[in-house]
Amino acid sequence: MADEIELKTAPADFRFPTTNQTRHCFSRYIEFHRCLAEKGEGSNQCERFARYYRSLCPGEWIDKWNEQRENGTFPGPL
Amino acid sequence: MIVREWLFLTMAACDAAEPWQLGFQDAATPMMQGIIDLHHDIFFFLILILVFVLRILVRALWHFHYQKNPIPQRIVHGTTIEILRTIFPSIIPMFIAIPSFALLYSMDEVVVDPAITIKAIGHQWYRTYEYSDYNSSDEQSLTFDSYTIPEDDLELGQSRLLEVDNRVVVPAKTHLRIIVTSADVLHSWAVPSSGVKCDAVPGRLNQISISVQREGVYYGQCSEICGTNHAFTRAPGNIGRLLSPLWLSRTTRGATHPRSKLLQRAAGAVGSQGARQ
Repeated sequence: MADEIELKTAPADFRFPTTNQTRHCFSRYIEFHRCLAEKGEGSNQCERFARYYRSLCPGEWIDKWNEQRENGTFPGPL
Repeated sequence: MIVREWLFLTMAACDAAEPWQLGFQDAATPMMQGIIDLHHDIFFFLILILVFVLRILVRALWHFHYQKNPIPQRIVHGTTIEILRTIFPSIIPMFIAIPSFALLYSMDEVVVDPAITIKAIGHQWYRTYEYSDYNSSDEQSLTFDSYTIPEDDLELGQSRLLEVDNRVVVPAKTHLRIIVTSADVLHSWAVPSSGVKCDAVPGRLNQISISVQREGVYYGQCSEICGTNHAFTRAPGNIGRLLSPLWLSRTTRGATHPRSKLLQRAAGAVGSQGARQ
C-alpha cells in the first residue's frame, strides 16, 4: 500500500471512565456546536470535535439532534 | 508465542458452539484467556472442597447404621476441630479472590486509546453496524444491517442459526472500542470467544474494549430476550489481517466512495460464502 493509513478514533476520555459513554457522545456533540458558535461556521478547528461525536454517536441520534436544533427544541446547553 | 501462532494454522479453533459442548470456546482475546484461567483456578478449589465434603457425607451415612453402630456418639464440643473448620474455609476464598480481583481490575484498565470505534445497534430482530471514524459529514457512515440467514437459504457447511448475511469485519490485534446500543428494546451483544457480553439498552451507549489476537470468524448470539425472534438474532464477526491494505482503503474513504461499497458487498459475500473459505 502506497500511503500508510493511520487508524484513529475518538480517544478514551478520562472524564468518562466507565462503561456508560452516553454522556461522552453528548458532550462531544455539544462541544462541537459550542466551538462552531464561538469560531464561526467555516472553522477547521472544530473538525476534531465533529469527528469525535460522529465516531461515538449513532447516526439516528445525530439526525434527531440536528432536527431538534433546527426546530429550536434541542435540550442541551448549546 | 511464535510456536503458538504456528499451531493456529494446523488446528481449527472452536469459535462457535459445538454440539454437546461442555467447556468454553477457544479464547480470542486476552480478556477471555483471563476468564478461562480464573475458571481453572477456581475449579481446582471447587474439586478439593467437593471431594472433601462428599467423603465426609458418605462416611457419616455409611457409619450411621443401626447394626454397626447401635449407640451413636453424642459429641457436642470439640474446640480444635471447630477452630480448624473456621480458619480453613476462610483461607480458601482468599486464594480464589486474588486471581479474581486481579482479573476484574485489569479488565477495566485503559492502557491505550482505541484505534477504531464500531457501533453495534440492536433492532428487533437484526443488528446494524456503523463504522463512522472517517466521515466527513454527518451523513456518510459506513452502515449495514446484519440479518441471520434463514435455514432454507443456508449452504452446505454453514452453521444453522449462526450465519448472517453481512458480517462485521474488523482488523486483528487492534484495540477496538465497540459501542453497543439499541433502537427499540433491550438486546445483548455477545461473542463468547472474545469474552464479550454487553447489554444493548435503548438510549444508552455501552462501551467495550477488546483486542482480538487471532484471525477467524467468531459467532455470537443475542443474549437478552427481545421478542419473538430473540433466538434468531446473531452477532458474528470476521477478523481480518492486521492493516490489510485493501480493508483500510475501503473503510477510510467514507461510505460514498465506491470502494467502500465494495466492502459492504465483501462483508456480504464473506457472510454468505464463509463455508468455502
